[in-house]
Amino acid sequence: MKALRFLDALLLREFVSTFFLAMRYFFAPKPTINYPFEKGPVSPRFRGEHALRRYPNGEERCIACKLCEAICPAQAITIEAGPRQNDGTRRTVRYDIDMVKCIYCGFCQEACPVDAIVEGPNFEFATETREELYFSKERLLANGDRWERELAANIALDAPYR
Amino acid sequence: MDWIFYALDYLFGAPILGLGTMVGFVWKALLLLVTLLVFTAYVLLADRKIWAAVQIRRGPNVVGAFGLFQSFADLLKFVFKEPVIPAGADKAVYLLAPLVTVLLALSAWAVVPVAEGWALADINVGILYIFAISSLGVYGIIMGGWASNSKYPFLGALRSAAQMVSYEVSIGFVIITVLLCVGSLNLTHIVLAQEQGGIAHMLGVPWLTFLNWYWLPLFPMFVIFFISALAETNRPPFDLPEAESELVAGFMVEYGSTPYMMFMLGEYVAIILMCALTTILFLGGWTAPIDLPPFNWIPGAVWFVLKLSLVFFMIAMVKAFVPRYRYDQLMRLGWKVFLPISLVMVIVVAAVLQLTGWGWHGGVA
Repeated sequence: MKALRFLDALLLREFVSTFFLAMRYFFAPKPTINYPFEKGPVSPRFRGEHALRRYPNGEERCIACKLCEAICPAQAITIEAGPRQNDGTRRTVRYDIDMVKCIYCGFCQEACPVDAIVEGPNFEFATETREELYFSKERLLANGDRWERELAANIALDAPYR
Repeated sequence: MDWIFYALDYLFGAPILGLGTMVGFVWKALLLLVTLLVFTAYVLLADRKIWAAVQIRRGPNVVGAFGLFQSFADLLKFVFKEPVIPAGADKAVYLLAPLVTVLLALSAWAVVPVAEGWALADINVGILYIFAISSLGVYGIIMGGWASNSKYPFLGALRSAAQMVSYEVSIGFVIITVLLCVGSLNLTHIVLAQEQGGIAHMLGVPWLTFLNWYWLPLFPMFVIFFISALAETNRPPFDLPEAESELVAGFMVEYGSTPYMMFMLGEYVAIILMCALTTILFLGGWTAPIDLPPFNWIPGAVWFVLKLSLVFFMIAMVKAFVPRYRYDQLMRLGWKVFLPISLVMVIVVAAVLQLTGWGWHGGVA
């Protein structure tokens, strides 16, 4: 046995066989996704960048019930509510999400009774400064406008399971 | 006064090739340097690509087609970074260390014959010169590790010193076996010896030059040289001086920006030098593997680069599939395996040459 092991080591048997194994992998098709140019599939339940949605007639959905603010475990959401100037309905005066605090748990969208705050499929919103990640109501509404088609489609896809 | 003009002519000459005038030494050196650095850039890329391919990744492929400009992008990135010098560091030595590494690695190339007569300095003790210069390479690492005034670099430098000294011993004996066969210390003669005599000539098929090369008669030494070259250049699986999992980055921990880049550059130039040395000692340098058309139509320099690249491919593959050695295993391999084998081989080769009269007799009159 000992002599066999010695021969093994002397003739570099493992080394040579590993070389051929490595060469097999060398020519194997690469599973890497060419990321910025091609992207992996994203589940409809994906919890990415937040957005505030509107009704099809343009009215904002949020009624300032503050359930999301209450349930947010990271306390990333800050809401101030008040009657709106023109019609006196209860709306948010201020709706801020600190995206640095946010843990993307999705509780806000679960809590929302009107599907106003949602987490969309977008995960590419890296910024150069921390301040840019303090999202205001305008930013969130703009996100909602930009992503509405995907958001609506994802909610519809996930509806049967809710 | 004449000597001044001779010296100037020697140094600068006419920077035009093939007009009967002497091409100045400076221009030759510059050409070699630029070629070498560009080649190093692509060797670095090849290293990363091969490593990636074995791990079923794609490797760098965004900068330029297939990532061909990746190394140059890295160069720019390194150069534009802010160099940070630790407060406790010995500033002069700290900055000198990468310079020493890269300068020594580059200066060894002065004697490498890329093709017949292409060596910048075709000196008679070429192999000794390379051996001396590559031994000095450890100083860059020790200086860097010591001057950083930090524990990981220090440990890395200590490891590196012990490792390089251990493996230089076996490399020395391997080189001696080759020198015994050649009978000359001149690198050009080593290649000529492999071209003009050897197993192929003995078998009566002199056109099968690749049988002539010393990898076949000295096969065990070829393997030992290859493995020792890995250890000598701190390549995986012997990259203990910079073992990430133990020492973060070893002697390079405190380095960043251009000094770090120079360490990397020096390391890779040294690796290419070791590939070139393997090519010259065991793979017949610039000679074509089969001395028949179309093989001998291809210029020698191309063959040299091809062989060098082949050796580097093996080095890169080894990095990809061999796990890192433990430090005591490294020492055991160096002192208890390679040293006895190479010692015995020196005696065996010397005895065989003495008894049979084989070997090359064209070098020394």
